[in-house]
Amino acid sequence: MTRVDDRPVTPAEAPRRRSNPLLALLRNSWRQLTSMRTALVLLFLLAVAAIPGSVLPQRGVNPEDVRDFYAANPELAPVLDRIGAFEAFSSVWFSAIYLLLFTSLIGCITPRLRDHVRALRARPPAVPKRLERLPQHAVVPAPEGGAAAVAETLRRRRWRVAVRGDEVSAEKGYLKETGNLIFHTSMVLVLIGVALGSWYGWHGNRLLVAGPDGVFCNTRQQYAEVKLGPRVGDNLPRFCMQLDEFDAQFLPNGQASSFNAKVTVDEDGGAPRQAEFSVNAPLRLDGANVYLLGHGYAPVIRYTDRFGRSQTSAVPFLSTGDIGLTGEGLAAFPDANVDPASGERNPDLQVAFSGLYLPTAPQEPPFTRSEHPTEQNPLLDLIAYRGNLGLDAGIPGSIYQLDERQLRNGRLTEIGAKQLRVGESWTLDDGTRVEFVGTERYIVLSVRHDPGTMLLLVSSIGLVLGLMGSLFVRRRRVFVRLRPAGQGDPGSGSPTSGSSLVEVAGLPRTEHPGFAAEFAQLVAAVSAGGRSGDAGTDQGAPARSREGAE
Amino acid sequence: MSVLSDQLVSIATMVYLLAMISHAVEYALGASRAKQVAAPSRELVGAAVGAASSGAVVDRSEDAGDLASGTSAAGGAVGTEPGTGSPSRADRTARRAELGGRIAVGLTVLAAALHLAALVTRGLAADRMPWGNMYEFVLTVSFIGVAAWLAVLVKWPYLRRLGLFLTLVMVLLVATAELVLYTPIVPLVPALNSYWFIVHVSTVVFSSGLFLLGAVPAVAYLMRAGYEDGKRSFPYTLAKRLPVAAGLERLTFVLHAFSFPIFTFGVIAGAIWAEAAWGRPWGWDPKETWAFISWVIYAGYLHARATPSVRRNVTAWLAILGFLTVMMNLFGVNIFFEGLHSYAGL
Ligand code: HEM
Repeated sequence: MTRVDDRPVTPAEAPRRRSNPLLALLRNSWRQLTSMRTALVLLFLLAVAAIPGSVLPQRGVNPEDVRDFYAANPELAPVLDRIGAFEAFSSVWFSAIYLLLFTSLIGCITPRLRDHVRALRARPPAVPKRLERLPQHAVVPAPEGGAAAVAETLRRRRWRVAVRGDEVSAEKGYLKETGNLIFHTSMVLVLIGVALGSWYGWHGNRLLVAGPDGVFCNTRQQYAEVKLGPRVGDNLPRFCMQLDEFDAQFLPNGQASSFNAKVTVDEDGGAPRQAEFSVNAPLRLDGANVYLLGHGYAPVIRYTDRFGRSQTSAVPFLSTGDIGLTGEGLAAFPDANVDPASGERNPDLQVAFSGLYLPTAPQEPPFTRSEHPTEQNPLLDLIAYRGNLGLDAGIPGSIYQLDERQLRNGRLTEIGAKQLRVGESWTLDDGTRVEFVGTERYIVLSVRHDPGTMLLLVSSIGLVLGLMGSLFVRRRRVFVRLRPAGQGDPGSGSPTSGSSLVEVAGLPRTEHPGFAAEFAQLVAAVSAGGRSGDAGTDQGAPARSREGAE
Repeated sequence: MSVLSDQLVSIATMVYLLAMISHAVEYALGASRAKQVAAPSRELVGAAVGAASSGAVVDRSEDAGDLASGTSAAGGAVGTEPGTGSPSRADRTARRAELGGRIAVGLTVLAAALHLAALVTRGLAADRMPWGNMYEFVLTVSFIGVAAWLAVLVKWPYLRRLGLFLTLVMVLLVATAELVLYTPIVPLVPALNSYWFIVHVSTVVFSSGLFLLGAVPAVAYLMRAGYEDGKRSFPYTLAKRLPVAAGLERLTFVLHAFSFPIFTFGVIAGAIWAEAAWGRPWGWDPKETWAFISWVIYAGYLHARATPSVRRNVTAWLAILGFLTVMMNLFGVNIFFEGLHSYAGL
């Protein structure tokens, strides 16, 4: 549609001098790389290379799926892993394609940028000799005021005008190329934004149980899962956060309708303040954003050991994925049954309870699935274990799964199961007691910092605006030549000879279906000296299109 | 209200089907004109290609389109193939074809109105925009497609014969929505409850509808260009009565050029929303990945079209490929993959 060559022009070419073959090779490769054809091929490759990333499970999206895939395809998975198929979008092959594409892009836009700046500074080119050869052509009576009046008419219509004696050249639609360059440059900026984010960004996920015991402070160790960019230092922004209240509304069928988390935060020594956030409305702190990703119940379980000492813990039960928010969890008491007199720890008397929590248990057994995510008929179904939990002392208590090996080798034994309602307790065979005290809410948080987002936003705006300029603006030229009276129209031998005439021609430089109509209007306006400017066609301008005449 | 909406969808499907049949009748009866349309316009295109700077390409192809319609109008009176019978009989057939075409357009308008009514009642019943799940999605996308088609028809009436393809696509999409994807009304999950929902989904749906419409002249172009090149085997013969290839190619471009920035904006709006909802603007979730693929393919289409050395056949194939990736995103991703967008619901 434009006069874009397959290759951007490289004007500086030394003729006839034998240059270093290596240099020649380099120059040739560069020219190849920056050609539109190569860009096209690379674009196509990029699209194809994105497919595996949507078909195969990705670590960045869902690590569990990758683990499942490994389990299902033990032979294939390691091979795929070696070629980066589970991190397709940061793999060597994917990166190679887009880096080549962006190199090509930069190589392509730099000369065009230079040319465009030049074109913006230059005056529209001189009027060609034979105007009747241009696609649009008309001869009409000249306006009073001659070339100056014509130039004025064109300028008022926002054409860029150059007057040379009796000739006027005008051009319009520079915004097309400007838009195109903005668009392509924005794309480079998008890539830079992404790179910034991955170098200097970080994020971590964790659970936050309501209440003062759950408070968390933003350090690396506090996250169950954390990913820091290679350029992130050790000091994450300092803040602490406590979940005061979590409110979730559900429809009768169990579908969630709204979430809201109320927290107390104190940032970097500031006074504690209240804040709220929810899905779609993250909490924006200084240097970090906090997103709400999930929620659930944490049953509060109190265990009283054989020395009469009680320990209470609110254990987050993780959702099993059903709509009724059935939770699955493990309450471990590795420090139970330590003799207070001697302080002696008996590793075979550690205790743990695993089980299900059903916020709304069905009226009849089996009690395996909750019917609704709100707590209408809460039921805690526990299995008790005693023995060696297989934990080294000192490991933080948040474990969600029992060590199966300990069960298999007999160091840990199951000692019974029981269903508990809130407030009920269960006395085990050795006289110790477990009590279901109640529940707390917990939420799943993602805390993130991405310094690239602002750049991404700005360059995205540039992307869209540039694209619109590039696609919708049309570049075109008109040329006007005034002819002194009495010369007549050489083409038609027109009887208008006697008064002075003006010859107008138009050239759309890009695809422009409406150009004939625009040209006709323009001719009318020029002839009228801008007086009846916009009424345009009433002059019956004898504009003709070249194809029509042939 | 919800029941009313479902009934309207069924009726609209039937009316689309009738419109398709009328188009087919027009197509079948239009036999006597085709020959003359093809020949002169070929010459014109050939001459023009030889003659002009690339800047003039457009004016010419539009002229070519106009010319095609002009010839069509004159066709019934002038042309008779040997064996078609007397001129008056050909004339009658031509008038009948014309009538069939008019009825088809009338039926399409009616179906589109019913379609719109179905969407409005669905939206009222759900008390939100009707874009909450795949059923509603497909209905909206196809409505945008048909609405844009009617707008195109107002501007370039001579393209009417493409209606056969369009109504075929409409019947397929709406019937699939109704029979396979139907979901009862439920309110939105909290994650969808955001004004970005409206911005993102409306722009993506709108541009998908335009891409849908844009794929129609792309296919027609391939058939017609083959026909004009003298191919007379199966799919090409269907193109006998289509508008000239250059006009179809241009229409394909206009639709895509219009749609692409809207789609780009829609994807960006999605990224802004994803930042607020999921904490990252882009995470290569399957839906995001396929949107990326579509975007890259359509960017490739626009590039290819701006590159003189790339043949227009290749460009048209890129447009079709782009549309296939859009369909993949609409249907395939929801069916095959599980991602954050899964709540769109089958
Ligand atoms: C990241 C890869 C690229 C993408 C996504 C991309 C996208 C686009 C899009 C969507 C357009 C259409 C806008 C228009 O028609 O004006 C366009 C136009 C254009 N692109 Fe690219 N581009 C890329 C790389 C390149 C490269 C490497 C070159 C140079 C070899 C290039 C040269 C051009 C030119 C000359 C146009 C103007 C075509 C016209 O006259 O409309 N682009 N690009």
